[in-house]
Amino acid sequence: MNLDRTSLRELADGLRSREFSSVELTQAYLERAHHQNETLGCFITLDPERSLIQARAADQRLARAEGGPLTGIPVAHKDIFCTAGWLTTCGSRMLSNFVAPYDAHVITRFNEAGGVILGKTNMDEFAMGSSNETSFYGKVRNPWSLDHVPGGSSGGSAAAVAARLAPLATASDTGGSIRQPAALCGVSGIKPTYGRVSRYGMIAYASSLDQGGLMAPSAADLAWGLGIMADYDERDATSVARPEEDFFQDFERPLTGLRIGLPRQYFGSGVDADVAQAMEEALREYERLGAVRVDIDLPHSDLSVPVYYVLAPAEASSNLSRYDGVRYGWRAQQYGDLQEMIGRSRAEGFGAEVKRRILTGAYVLSQGYYDAYYLQAQRVRRLIQQDFLQAFEQCDVIMGPTTPTPAFPFGAKTEDPVQMYLSDIFTIGVNLAGLPAMSIPAGFGAQGLPLGLQLIGPHFGEARLLAVAHRYQQVTDWHRRVPVYAAAGERV
Amino acid sequence: MASFKTLHDTRLHHSLPRMGGVLSDPLNETSLHQLARLACIQLTEQELAVLPQQFDSILGLIDQLQAVDTHGVEPLAQAFDMPVRLRADEVTAKNQRELFQSLAPEVEKGLYLVPKVIE
Repeated sequence: MNLDRTSLRELADGLRSREFSSVELTQAYLERAHHQNETLGCFITLDPERSLIQARAADQRLARAEGGPLTGIPVAHKDIFCTAGWLTTCGSRMLSNFVAPYDAHVITRFNEAGGVILGKTNMDEFAMGSSNETSFYGKVRNPWSLDHVPGGSSGGSAAAVAARLAPLATASDTGGSIRQPAALCGVSGIKPTYGRVSRYGMIAYASSLDQGGLMAPSAADLAWGLGIMADYDERDATSVARPEEDFFQDFERPLTGLRIGLPRQYFGSGVDADVAQAMEEALREYERLGAVRVDIDLPHSDLSVPVYYVLAPAEASSNLSRYDGVRYGWRAQQYGDLQEMIGRSRAEGFGAEVKRRILTGAYVLSQGYYDAYYLQAQRVRRLIQQDFLQAFEQCDVIMGPTTPTPAFPFGAKTEDPVQMYLSDIFTIGVNLAGLPAMSIPAGFGAQGLPLGLQLIGPHFGEARLLAVAHRYQQVTDWHRRVPVYAAAGERV
Repeated sequence: MASFKTLHDTRLHHSLPRMGGVLSDPLNETSLHQLARLACIQLTEQELAVLPQQFDSILGLIDQLQAVDTHGVEPLAQAFDMPVRLRADEVTAKNQRELFQSLAPEVEKGLYLVPKVIE
């Protein structure tokens, strides 16, 4: 078994044919994670004992020829998902003592499927960041270059999958937090349609945008995982009831005549030359597969970042008002009255970026600014959604770069928050419109850093999107490349 | 501009002094204090020193929205119009008071403790 090159399907086959047990597989991944976490910083919490309890239970199910496709397979979970009995920090000092008393619906789904919780992955604090540098638990390094950021906010999940410390990882995406780190770390990631995956127990950041999703080496792995994760849940008011869907249903369908929409606004002057070159080569590959190009316009796309930085902080300032140091979470040691206790607990518990966003949110929601900022942002949000809906009358899938540049070095954008915000310029529109989207590996830049191709589909079009990604991965091997760093690690 | 007696005034002021961006005057320390109070976050001297500049930069970004003509456009609160679902008025969760209170910084006799608020 070479963990660098093993797909979920191969792992499932190996478990079923008794080539190896879930305990052996889990131990192999835990050893790799233990060995490499000191350098990469992917995991906030590893708890081998707990993981192995689940692995032993999975082995018993497998011995009785029970369980499903994921039974016995280790999965890393972003530390935004409440996981009963596990420290669940959301990357924050505020929750540095929070052992979740219940499971997020996503965790319940994977547990019931027989998945093994491998550990909880590092992330930007409360999912606010694009470089994983805002985590209270320290930086995550990009396995392709240890001097570079892995992206964020799901940087730990992306780096763990890139270094093959986990075959599948959960993540979440509010403005690009799955697709941007997937692109910068050279893995495949999917942000499903808003409402596809239950957010029950997924710690809230901006509730009109937050959506859970996945990262893995390939689109086929993602289809495997999404089949478990996508589920109607009455405990999430935004969960949409849908008939059960086979996310592999379109995998054999040829791409002949597939109309690929190319937004003029995604191929402009701000895009790095290596990125533009990789996009062109990927599009030629799609043309060889029978697809055709269609030029489209998303005229309001430049406004997606300003809209996001009104709406997301506004929602965050409301969602994060629950952290007051009374019932759980960080409480300051010294305080006088109640007001001071709350003010100090929040001052000590939150990091700089989280405070900036809460303050921005308080500002745009305050009297005198509410109409000018908040309602205006919601109006422009509708224009952005309409742009996408009109574009899908002319094309089946929209493609473009996931990010304008490859991974940047640590510290490059920490001084100027707006520069950091602009690294999500191609991903944010999708969240505002509630669409499903993916990032898949599509080459490397001059410094050997991975580049990502973004695929955007119409609402609830995940099956087709995954199939379009899969066809590309059948004729390319970017998604099979493993960083030298990980390849040099322990093998089993 | 509104004025405030002390920084520890516990009343919440819902009207902020104008600050930052094209809509308003530049951000100053007093208005930042006021914003921090609305957000219930005590800011350090260091934060008060760097935040105005960062805030100006953020407000410069979001002020781009002012130039857009949105006449007649309905605000979009979330991706889909979802009807509010109601469930039967039945108890569905079991009582886990002890488990939940085990997470609290300070409890006594089943109550969460905070500094005295009523004399």
